[in-house]
Amino acid sequence: MPIELFTDKWPGTVRTVTIGATAAQGGTRTSAVTVGGQKTLPFMHFEHETQYKPVVALEIKDHRQDDWSPLLLQEWGEVMDDPARWAKAAEEAGADLIELMLNPTDLRGNPTTPEAAVKAVKAVLGAVGLPLLVFGPGQAELDNALLVPVAEATKGERLVLGICEDKNYRTIVATAMANDHLVSARTPMDVNLAKQLNILITDMGLPLERILMDPTTGALGYGIEYGYSVMERLRLAALQGDTMTQLPMLVTPGFEAWKTKEAKVGEGVPAAWGDWLKRAINWEVLTAVSLLESGADILVLRHPESVRQVKAAIEELMRVPEIF
Amino acid sequence: MALSGIQIYKLLPQTNCKECGFPTCLAFAMKLAAKQVELADCPYVSEESKAQLAESAAPPIRLIVLKSDGHEIKAGNEVVLFRHEKTFYNKPGVFVKVRDDLSEEEIRAQVGPAESFVVNYVGIDLTLDGFAVESVSGEAGKFTAAVSIVRSLSRRPLILISTDPSIIEAGMRLLEGETPLVYGANAENWEKMAEVARQHKAFLGLAAATLEEAAGLAEKIKGKGVEDLVLGLSTNGLSTYLIQQTQIRRLALKKNFKPLGYPIISFPNDAAAAAQAITKYAGFVVLDTFTAEFVYPLLVLRQNIYTDPQKPIQVQPGVYEINNPRPEDPVLATTNFSITYFSVANEVEGSGMPAWLLVTDAEGMSVLTAWAAGKFDAERIAKAVKTFGVADKVSRKRIVIPGAVAVLSGELEAELPDWEVRVGPREAVDIPKFMKLVLV
Repeated sequence: MPIELFTDKWPGTVRTVTIGATAAQGGTRTSAVTVGGQKTLPFMHFEHETQYKPVVALEIKDHRQDDWSPLLLQEWGEVMDDPARWAKAAEEAGADLIELMLNPTDLRGNPTTPEAAVKAVKAVLGAVGLPLLVFGPGQAELDNALLVPVAEATKGERLVLGICEDKNYRTIVATAMANDHLVSARTPMDVNLAKQLNILITDMGLPLERILMDPTTGALGYGIEYGYSVMERLRLAALQGDTMTQLPMLVTPGFEAWKTKEAKVGEGVPAAWGDWLKRAINWEVLTAVSLLESGADILVLRHPESVRQVKAAIEELMRVPEIF
Repeated sequence: MALSGIQIYKLLPQTNCKECGFPTCLAFAMKLAAKQVELADCPYVSEESKAQLAESAAPPIRLIVLKSDGHEIKAGNEVVLFRHEKTFYNKPGVFVKVRDDLSEEEIRAQVGPAESFVVNYVGIDLTLDGFAVESVSGEAGKFTAAVSIVRSLSRRPLILISTDPSIIEAGMRLLEGETPLVYGANAENWEKMAEVARQHKAFLGLAAATLEEAAGLAEKIKGKGVEDLVLGLSTNGLSTYLIQQTQIRRLALKKNFKPLGYPIISFPNDAAAAAQAITKYAGFVVLDTFTAEFVYPLLVLRQNIYTDPQKPIQVQPGVYEINNPRPEDPVLATTNFSITYFSVANEVEGSGMPAWLLVTDAEGMSVLTAWAAGKFDAERIAKAVKTFGVADKVSRKRIVIPGAVAVLSGELEAELPDWEVRVGPREAVDIPKFMKLVLV
């Protein structure tokens, strides 16, 4: 029996944001990544073509991360001692982007210096041609102290600088503007706070085409439903025409999933939790895929097997069905 | 689609007789539209209007309830496309498939662990909902043998899968008094399958490749008097599935399109497809195999997506005693968001070290969210210490705050001058280490 499909017609469009600059654009990346541009809810191909697919970033750190899950230490092995090698391994694992997250301290416990941060970023840029996101340790003052020199030393690369939040956005946005970079604006799981920060950032003069928003997510079992719904609401608002929500969304399911006990701990847990490694990867993949369904444009992951599975899911979701 | 108050008003007598308890028919119509009163409260409504109103009041997605001895699995009756609009009501039943070409030992090895699987998540016992026995052999004898073995191991509801009505019929004879789902009505066998379903009062799942085919088949089967249907779409890839399921939900809710107003059954073949089935509208999810490391996160995802967004799950604020604390043991402060509480309580319990867990009233928010919203600050923590008489329980006044709110330590020292304020780890998982190293 013939069916008249129910088709949404949205007035709004998500902005396109391009990360990374190639030589032609004044940078050194061998490729750039563009996200956003949606005119429909995720993967509703029958309403409008989806031009850019969601992408996957792998998170690396500036030095070995002994507090990470032993499963990740085992997986990455000795490349974790060298951010350049780690970045290379991440590229080989299929990442579309690299997210370098700087530690607050070095291995001896001394505060990370701006020189060391710049050195790590330069090493990663030298090792891989992928676009790069550089995140500070997540403490406003330290982030400012490290990200400003990093931004200056990499002028023109169109890096994404984070975390840009209400406490430090002025400094991060100013240096992004001065050095041709982008920012990732993070707010704690709230539609209005996300809008508010985007307004503050654009008021400083950074164009919307250089802002990603990170509405913050929780891991599966640890509050994912809050992030999930905030993302759905942000994307609906964007499509309805609310300019200050029309930004691609970056989320960090890797960070969230791998700090859960289910991923981090293999001993002394209930037998009903099953095989540790497979459980941990399922935790990351289910978190990531759920966020993909709610509108994520950039998913930052930690394990290569999760990257493989999530990228395969993205390929399938991007396939335009002829009949359905 | 539900009628608006004005549409309902047109079907009422419009006499403003007030016998319903409202001053006007319009006021009554508005209450009716909001589902706050019953149509029966109007003594004068015509039979014709009653029928029209009943039709519009029928849920846009039919409620299906699988039943077996002591178990019940509901699907359907959903009212929104996005959980934030209200909530998703009936958690999709998660079933494990059992093929009838397996040996008895193999079936036992598969069903046993799945049947006994239970994992506690924030105080809730998560279990599987049932089994789907599939005829692969094409022999009624093997099928009934498999159904019997499964039934001997589990009382949970069953789904019988076959495209051969005589095989389904044979299986159904073993399930007297139950209302299972039989799956596999298609363009060829639908009449006979409908007949079997009708005779045995089973729910009938249909299998179609496209939405048009599914709707056509549903209408034909309905014409035979079988209305308790479940839609199965033999899908090819995540995007097709997503579009189909979204259209089914949209057409049912937005257009009250009855031919697709039924719950969906889904057969995901990997983790991503299963996650999509949970988030995007499946009523029943049938897994090819059971593994604890996959079923656990999947059931947690289902729990999370089907949490009512308007009611954050909370625990009662107060002082919780963990591992029989003595007066010299430390006080650990956290919020009353249940996920936060259970994460912290489980870790403290697992550490084997005694502690007083001070659960403050943060309106059901997690530590960081509550802090950002001003619901978990030094003043509130100090107030909780006083309200719950913590000082009377301890001899050594030590309080630990979560690492994520380390900034509060100064203010808390000012609020609680005779207490020693310590900053704990950011994540609950690091609490045992912290307690062993720092709190001795």
